[in-house]
Amino acid sequence: MGKPQLKVAERPPLLHMDHVEKTFAGDVVALRDMHLAVNEGDFISLLGPSGCGKSTALRLISGLLHPTAGRISWVGGQQGTDDLGVVFQEPTLMPWATVANNVFLPFRLQGKSYASVKDDILEALKLVGLEKFQNAYPRELSGGMKMRVSIARAMVTKPRLILMDEPFAALDEITRFKLNNDLLELKAKIGCTVIFVTHSVFESVFLSDRIVVMAARPGRVIRELTVDVPYPRHEEFRTSAEYAAYCREASEALQAAIGEHA
Amino acid sequence: MSVVEEVAATTGSAPLVDEEELARARRARIHRIAKWTLPSLVMVISILAWHLYVTLGEVPHYILPGPVRVASQMVEDWALLWPALLVTSRLTLLALAMAIIGGVALAVAFTQSKWAEMSFFPYAVILQVTPVIAIAPLLQIYVESAFVAALLCAWIVAFFPILSNTTIGLKSADHNLSDLFTIYGATRWQRLRYLAAPSALPFFLGGLKIAGGLALIGAVVAEFVIGRAGTGLGLASTLLEASYRFNFGRLYAALILISAMGVVIFALMSLISHLSLRKWHESAIRREG
Repeated sequence: MGKPQLKVAERPPLLHMDHVEKTFAGDVVALRDMHLAVNEGDFISLLGPSGCGKSTALRLISGLLHPTAGRISWVGGQQGTDDLGVVFQEPTLMPWATVANNVFLPFRLQGKSYASVKDDILEALKLVGLEKFQNAYPRELSGGMKMRVSIARAMVTKPRLILMDEPFAALDEITRFKLNNDLLELKAKIGCTVIFVTHSVFESVFLSDRIVVMAARPGRVIRELTVDVPYPRHEEFRTSAEYAAYCREASEALQAAIGEHA
Repeated sequence: MSVVEEVAATTGSAPLVDEEELARARRARIHRIAKWTLPSLVMVISILAWHLYVTLGEVPHYILPGPVRVASQMVEDWALLWPALLVTSRLTLLALAMAIIGGVALAVAFTQSKWAEMSFFPYAVILQVTPVIAIAPLLQIYVESAFVAALLCAWIVAFFPILSNTTIGLKSADHNLSDLFTIYGATRWQRLRYLAAPSALPFFLGGLKIAGGLALIGAVVAEFVIGRAGTGLGLASTLLEASYRFNFGRLYAALILISAMGVVIFALMSLISHLSLRKWHESAIRREG
């Protein structure tokens, strides 16, 4: 399935964050001295309590915010508009547009016609299992289906990097597990790079090969773990001893992150 | 599918009967019939009571004409009332059209430029809060054509709800969607066309419903003030003139026509709103069950 998997250390670099700091008005330090080297094909989770700056880091990478100090550099030049796909905590669909037109949005903003990208849209919808719903409106879909549309929209342009900001936090656990599995399958198929923000230890261990544990006040990275388990990972992985061990390790790191201020 | 059919379908196949569901279906059916029959009944009774009061109480027609007299007057004066109705309709619809163009254009300008909004919004408010009846005589002095003066009056009243609603609507786009547009490098025009405008549509249509009624009120006020100079405008001028002549049959006939116009405008605006929103907006979606 998909491309051969490289070890983290062997992957070509994609993006660097060097000494990145972000201070908001009123001298709130949202992020302090963050370093992160993102490689092509990484699935990185930013794990931490609320207020640890994980969402801020995502907004900095997306270019919605600019660092107060330090720099974010893309390998191979400045980030273009088709380098990124974004999935928010809410599905963030346009209620007035059909599923297909929602997925068409990134292309539309690039000035492309629907006819010229119709196949890409159908393919993306097929990948998330919603090809039958292309003419439905978002209100007709369940929460999980809406999130799938949102994911289809993020990957339809085949971006170099997909940013996901707690995309499954508002879903029930059954839907969440299902979407976790599907997301890994998708990633294997299209071979993209993902940075995934979450506050769930279990989710981060199941999904990612790198976990960046962050602490709050001020937001900063305190530890990085590598989950050295090859993909594809299936339901069995959730019940394995290996999984439990990684979860304990990540939990302890997170406890340390919270404990410093508790 | 209606609730009744749903229940019928399920009870047909399954022997189980849910009393609560049946009661609910019954209530829904009664509700649907009553929605039309009750107001119709009230109208029939009112007209009958009106008729009986006038005939049994021997009320003179220059105090209160009976419904029969009003109806016959309407037929008799139709040659006079119909052109007046056309004038008032034209005045109202033109004012409404101008209010839509002006209100939307200003709202777009306001949302595109904060400076424009800061500079001009207070004056839009001043224009709105100054009673139009106080401005009308001035317009009559400065504007040559009585029709144009009346049109301006009606426009001033009608445009504000469209302006204020559309302005709020254009600003009400989902923040995350707005961020997404930024990430994808959307131009100003794309943002307006694909994000702000559709977000504003329900707000605009709400404003339109109010503005439709206000355009008619503005037209009537303008005709009262400006039509008095003997220029003979529409229905409201006819009504005023009829009152001077104690022709109460014609007065009531004109009043009924004005009120009917208001109803038709409201129904039209509601229909436009429903047709534009029925596919996606919560306000236009009927909940099942």
